[in-house]
Amino acid sequence: MQAGGLAFQQAPPLAVPLRFFLTAPVFLFLAGLLLFTPGAAGWQRGSPAILAAVHLVTLGFLAMTMMGAFLQLLAVVAGAPAARPRLLAGLVHGPLAAGTLLLAAGFWLSRSWPFYPALALLAAAVATFVLAAAASLVRAARNATVLAMAAAIFALAVTLALGLALGATHIGWGGLRGFVATVDLHAAWGLLGWVFVLVAGVAYQVVPMFQLTPAYPRWLTRSLVPVLMTGLLALSWARRDGRAWPQGAAALVLAVCLLVFALATLDLQRRRRRRVSDVTLDYWRVGMVSLAAAGLLGLFGTAGAPGHRLPALLGILFLYGFAVSVASGMLYKILPFLAWFHLQSQLQAPAGSIPNMKAFLPEPRARRQFVVHVAALGLLLLSALLPGPWRYLAAAGVCASALLLAANLWGVWRLFRAQGGRSN
Amino acid sequence: MQSFLNYLSADHRRCDELFADAEAAVRRRDWASSAGKFQAFRSAMLHHLDMEENVLFPAFEARTGHAGGPTRVMCNEHVQMRDLLASMADSLAAADEADYAGLAETLLWLMQQHNVKEEQILYPMSDQMLADARSGLIERMAAVAPAL
Repeated sequence: MQAGGLAFQQAPPLAVPLRFFLTAPVFLFLAGLLLFTPGAAGWQRGSPAILAAVHLVTLGFLAMTMMGAFLQLLAVVAGAPAARPRLLAGLVHGPLAAGTLLLAAGFWLSRSWPFYPALALLAAAVATFVLAAAASLVRAARNATVLAMAAAIFALAVTLALGLALGATHIGWGGLRGFVATVDLHAAWGLLGWVFVLVAGVAYQVVPMFQLTPAYPRWLTRSLVPVLMTGLLALSWARRDGRAWPQGAAALVLAVCLLVFALATLDLQRRRRRRVSDVTLDYWRVGMVSLAAAGLLGLFGTAGAPGHRLPALLGILFLYGFAVSVASGMLYKILPFLAWFHLQSQLQAPAGSIPNMKAFLPEPRARRQFVVHVAALGLLLLSALLPGPWRYLAAAGVCASALLLAANLWGVWRLFRAQGGRSN
Repeated sequence: MQSFLNYLSADHRRCDELFADAEAAVRRRDWASSAGKFQAFRSAMLHHLDMEENVLFPAFEARTGHAGGPTRVMCNEHVQMRDLLASMADSLAAADEADYAGLAETLLWLMQQHNVKEEQILYPMSDQMLADARSGLIERMAAVAPAL
């Protein structure tokens, strides 16, 4: 136990996570808009509109919410809050938002000039975050969640490095050998190493505690992240050298990791003690079913199943079905709780005399947005399989869902301020 | 040998279960049984808070010489929990299911993020720092009078 554990009272001020959470839905909305454009037809993963949309989701929505939540987790789960959280949030948030918009513009317009500032801003934002998180984690309590957080931070650093190399090559700086292999590895480290590992680490705490389920089995929390990271390292080595069978074996291991985690989580949730209906629980279930489906498709993919639609389906299931669902479900709890918690301590009012979590975010509003999100997911999958008007409907669904999410989250903030809360 | 971590974490789980039972009864609008279930939950919670505030925290503060540290934050959150429990009792008396549901959700989040901090940090730290006095302190906690 480190002396740093003594600092666990210093949860960051509300302004720190708030700016990340309130801006994230805007990027999801922009990604939805891009799906209307002709460039998104056919779901080619190298097409400018799809590249732009994918980065709006991964950097603008997912990294944005995950970094905001990460700063909170450092204080609560790791007992090691980041130093100077306000300054850190400012140094990360602004450059991340601006860099993401420029990167998406560069992809979509197929112009080089936005890449220069985009790469510089994203490098600054992500590197600052990685270093600050690593500095905190060094003095953190040791548990499976903290280990997963550290692995996720390492994967984020690898994703950034590969992304910068790709971006530089894209605009004609230096020649990266094995461009296509590097694209695959950039995606694998970002999606599996950063997004999936962090979600798994958070799930170890959140799923049992808030849905009152049994704990994850020990063999799972001990082995999942180490096995997955080993799989990623093996994949990187095999992919760079172009070795066929080790690549297949590594991909198989990764797909099995997703499947095992998704099924274990669904099983725990089936055995939950708290039986009340809950939008966040439903978001987790949609996320886990999507993740299991992505894992299964991945298995077919490694078995050499044909299908040019496979990458699009995998991407939709993983990004929108799994990651966006889980992040949205968590935002629906974290933000109202923080609003309540900070308002109570600022006003020193009796805890029952201020709006409670469900008054900050009424369940019917969350439910409405959830239904639109699930419809959008269904439409996205249809549009990847069938030609026709599905893509426009899917785009409209993504936009509507993002707008409702923004309205719900901004509603929390409005009520917080109306009640006399200060975010600084 | 029994540790603070095992002893108090098990008590957290017991409170969780009583919480879920009371919440389910209120959601069913089964007012006859919800009063008793809520009472069982509340007295388990208050007993747990008393064990910490009357036995563990003073010993921890004496050993670390640090009364303004983590135990003060824990105590502040205990005050918030007691307030929420009082409001939940009011909503139950008024048969206001929606109000109870919102308060219960808030209490669950407050309680669980509080428990993470205790189980990941404060209890393991207490087990280390108070190793020599541990069994006596646990006996004293077990003897804390049940809360009404």
